[in-house]
Amino acid sequence: MLFYLTALVLGLCLSAMGLGIFITMKIFRIPDITTDGSYTLGAAVTAVLLMQGWPLPAVAGVAMVAGALAGVLTGLVHTRFKIDALLAGILVMTGLYSVNLSILGRSNIPLIQVETIFKALALFEKPIYNELFVGLLFLVVLSGLLAYVLRTDFGIAMRATGNSESMTRALGINNDRMKIIGLAIANTLTALSGFLVAQYQNFTDINMGIGIVLVGLGSVLIGDALIKWIGVRNIWLQLAMVTAGCILFQLVLAVALSLGVNPNLLKLITAVFVLAIVGIPRVFQKKE
Amino acid sequence: MIELHHITKTFNKGQVNEVLALDAVDLQIGKGAFVVVVGSNGSGKTTLLNVIAGAVLPSEGQVVLHGQDVTTLPEYKRSRWVARVFQNPLGGTAPELSILDNFRLAALRTQRKRLVIGIDEKFKKHVKDQIAVLGLGLEDKLQQPIGTLSGGQRQSLTMLMSVMDHTDILLLDEPTAALDPKSATVVMQTAERLIAEYGLTTLLITHNLQESLRYGNRLIHMAGGKITQDLDTEAKGRLGLKEMVEWF
Repeated sequence: MLFYLTALVLGLCLSAMGLGIFITMKIFRIPDITTDGSYTLGAAVTAVLLMQGWPLPAVAGVAMVAGALAGVLTGLVHTRFKIDALLAGILVMTGLYSVNLSILGRSNIPLIQVETIFKALALFEKPIYNELFVGLLFLVVLSGLLAYVLRTDFGIAMRATGNSESMTRALGINNDRMKIIGLAIANTLTALSGFLVAQYQNFTDINMGIGIVLVGLGSVLIGDALIKWIGVRNIWLQLAMVTAGCILFQLVLAVALSLGVNPNLLKLITAVFVLAIVGIPRVFQKKE
Repeated sequence: MIELHHITKTFNKGQVNEVLALDAVDLQIGKGAFVVVVGSNGSGKTTLLNVIAGAVLPSEGQVVLHGQDVTTLPEYKRSRWVARVFQNPLGGTAPELSILDNFRLAALRTQRKRLVIGIDEKFKKHVKDQIAVLGLGLEDKLQQPIGTLSGGQRQSLTMLMSVMDHTDILLLDEPTAALDPKSATVVMQTAERLIAEYGLTTLLITHNLQESLRYGNRLIHMAGGKITQDLDTEAKGRLGLKEMVEWF
């Protein structure tokens, strides 16, 4: 039971990233690979600042700003130099690896002795319930905020930009600026996931971000399948489905591990799983 | 309202596929004029429209809108004066957004899109009343994604959206080309009503010669990037379809 609860909390922590990828992939239709770098960036900043004894809100703030900057950078490379979004993301992600290593100063920092966000609240006796509560609280606040933003006039403009650029241009929207803002928001959320996961697993590792974008993509695809299956139009519920996708994804990985799969094969399983999510519906579509 | 001074536009300059789309075009359009533009494919009509909208920046010449030099102003900034309806019904709407969301954005064309929820009951009612005039029964489907509607319905809505916010200039780029005759009539009648009601300065590109004779109060024919015919209301009234066909 504890094993699956752990996966559940991890899914909650990664939901912030899932929401970010939902913005880039589903709203802006940009495949943003910056994620791998900004996730580790958030975790690296968190580890270093916590070790120096910074208060948690300040750490969260710095991690978010760092993520936003990474997103802005990808956005600038993409819009100013007219470079394909995929390549722009790869460029920034690759550069961030060195940045992250410089921030960390070594390949990993353990966070055993520090006061993490998950230890800050002690409502329940068992630590896992406290962790669950913190993860849940974080997520509700975050998705509530995001759902509000997406329903504002600015949010409508943002959603329209990914939908019909000729329309938004004609309606006075600077598409390039909008994409940069979108990438900034997405990577802020991703860095926030790094902030949470680093504290949850009690360490930051320079390689923790490798392939994390695939976890996010897979989660959003599951969420999207749920959205289409149930026929959800309400933005708030759509975000909830994305979160459900993130949790389901982690549970599937947990099941794989509990079946005795070698943890070294976890990335391969992730890749095959995402392939299955993307591929299987298409195979069936063809038959129809 | 619209002044084009010596506008030249060359695409792919210096390459084998160089195209002279506009050749030193001079054009003055007064406030409230409804100009119809005809011409063969590649005559420069759409480029002319795009130069006014800012989607294409001219190689040479000056664009003046509302007395202001806007030659280098990008399209999204010219939206302060200009509303557009595209040939492709997909071009003027965001398909996955609801009718209401599309209208909300259109209502903010000249304004900032702020971090506040702008859709309230008053706005909903306003949109509903506007759409009800079309008589297409769409006023009860405000929450439906606009992409689920037919091309004709979308184009009629786009026409309405263009006057949701203050508009001086309306650019119509073959708005009925993709539509069946009945939908085309609805769209054009809606356009005519709005143009008269709001006193819009309008440019309509069309390949439909009957449409070009029926609507508007000035007729321009383009060929090879130049304006070859420019008829005022009176001359346009005298023009017959047969005579017009000979231009092509």
